[in-house]
Amino acid sequence: MTQNPAPREEMPLVLEARGLTRRFGGVLALDHLDFDVAQGEIVGLIGPNGSGKTTFFNVITGIYWADAGHVSLDGAEITRATPQAIYHAGVSRTFQRSRLSLPLSIFDNIMIGNHKRLNQGLWFNLVRRQAFKAEFEESFAKAQALVEVFDPPLARRMLEPVAGLPMIDRRRIEICRALISRPQLLLLDEPSAGMTHEETSQLMDDILEVRKRLDGLSIVIVEHEMGVIERITNRCVVLNFGRKIAAGTFAEIAADRMVQEAYLGLQ
Amino acid sequence: MALSGNDGGRSLLPGAAAVVLVTAFLIILLRVENQKAIIALLALGIGAVIAANRLGLLKPVAHSFSEREDALGLLAIVATLAVGVVFHEDHFVLLLVCTVVLYTVATLGLSIQFGYAGVLNFAGASFFGIGAYTAAVLNQHTAVPHLLMLLIGGLMAALIGSLLLLPVLRTRGHYAAVVTIAFALLFKTFLEVNDVLGGPQGLQVRGMTILGWSFNDNIEIGGVELSFYLNYFVMSMMIMVLAFVVVRRLERSWIGLNLDALRLDETAAGCFGLNIVRWKITAFLLGNFLIGVAGTLHGMVVGFVQPNNYTFADSLVLVSILLLGGIGNPWGVAVATVIVVIVPEKLQVIQEYRFMLYAALVMIVLLFRPEGLLPRPVRRYFPGWRP
Repeated sequence: MTQNPAPREEMPLVLEARGLTRRFGGVLALDHLDFDVAQGEIVGLIGPNGSGKTTFFNVITGIYWADAGHVSLDGAEITRATPQAIYHAGVSRTFQRSRLSLPLSIFDNIMIGNHKRLNQGLWFNLVRRQAFKAEFEESFAKAQALVEVFDPPLARRMLEPVAGLPMIDRRRIEICRALISRPQLLLLDEPSAGMTHEETSQLMDDILEVRKRLDGLSIVIVEHEMGVIERITNRCVVLNFGRKIAAGTFAEIAADRMVQEAYLGLQ
Repeated sequence: MALSGNDGGRSLLPGAAAVVLVTAFLIILLRVENQKAIIALLALGIGAVIAANRLGLLKPVAHSFSEREDALGLLAIVATLAVGVVFHEDHFVLLLVCTVVLYTVATLGLSIQFGYAGVLNFAGASFFGIGAYTAAVLNQHTAVPHLLMLLIGGLMAALIGSLLLLPVLRTRGHYAAVVTIAFALLFKTFLEVNDVLGGPQGLQVRGMTILGWSFNDNIEIGGVELSFYLNYFVMSMMIMVLAFVVVRRLERSWIGLNLDALRLDETAAGCFGLNIVRWKITAFLLGNFLIGVAGTLHGMVVGFVQPNNYTFADSLVLVSILLLGGIGNPWGVAVATVIVVIVPEKLQVIQEYRFMLYAALVMIVLLFRPEGLLPRPVRRYFPGWRP
């Protein structure tokens, strides 16, 4: 794949996970997992259903605590941090089952992701309406510009509720919600779920386009569509039963015997 | 004020017409005494609304309200004041209108809690009662200025409500609601057994006095005798306008967005930095404060407080107003309060069955129009604003 730059190993690490372990009762959802992401890298996280991919995201973002191991972001420990603190430190995510607030407008949904850049003071919001209006207009322009990268017609419908939109637009908005605060690390949990082949491919074009503009953004993507993984990742990590069974470029892992067994059931 | 420039006059007209028609209808309804005439009027009103809906006349009204809310709000204030002027010597009607206005304030408080933050409060009447009892006690034992007393009543409601914070924050959905039901039942029992607070008989509340102006004396202007309730009416209106502005600005701000986000998906909201506890507390306390302020003034309007005025059933009435009007829409709250408070008072036949009527009304609304009479529109931060 010529369009994928070689893994930039000289770049500093954004995410560093060591020996990450998480149990649910007797099940080891994550088993001593080491996982690194360098600045500007796109890493694919693949593996069969139940192999621990989403659990990994949930541990990184603080929804679950790790039973053992450490996670650091930019060198700072975030193992026991709350989801709020981890978001403030620069990690954003999308969800496997799209979790937008359906009755709210496109703009509102994106602004939920912009929480840390908005003035949350009671006095500012209720009394200083002129200052609020200035911040509102600036945020609106920013959100609209971001949506425009994905889909210009969608950017003209910013005040419409999300409920009536097709899946691809909802995915786009979810990704905009994650990107609006300019995170360092973006976690994409199966962005192709519920979409056709063409839609998925279109969405990946958009993601690559956005990444060009947000220099230095690192992405971890969980995905079942191997075409997507092949096309956009620099590097892949394969999980099975919570353990890392292979890592390397897509070509390397696709040739790996253990991966073929886990994925394709080859004997 | 954000005016939408070119189509200014046209977009204002449907909303203005609706305000005028509703006010005229209300004045006639309040004036008529004959029971058969009242039934006919109500039937006419319901028929007119249904017909207008069928003919598509309500859409332009809604559009008008979303584009020109500031101007229509002013018109609605003028219209309500006109009701006060028409009934300037009628104690009964003015007392009724005061009750409507103050119940609207209380339900606006509930609307912050349930409509935005998703915390269902079944103890609304209890917090209303805390305000009223605060007025009674402070009046008896201290000389606190009465305007300050409104503030203290609201703060007391928020303070006592904060006792519920821990259980409300630790439970979700229905369980938090059960906590508030328990509080409502406890509160009434507490009042009944507490002799300092007058037990089951309750307490007298002295009328309001501001800078020597006694609200309980009739007013005479140029030989025209005005009901003393007009004082309370004006005061209630001022509080309602303030409450309306606060609720509106709250909804149209990042805070309103935070509350919606945590109501709709706490986990996702938490992943985007939202401090769930902080905003739930803010909404709960602010809501109870508004309910408490309304209760304080209401206590002074009616002149006495007793446990039976602040029962769980009364809390249910407040919640049913919210469901009927449209959760999270302050205009809906105002309209629904008018219906729920005035109709049983005018229609004496159903007075004894009024709780049955509320129950039936809520069921009909939930079945056929689950979002209420005036569903909450998508948030517009500034009415008439366009990108």
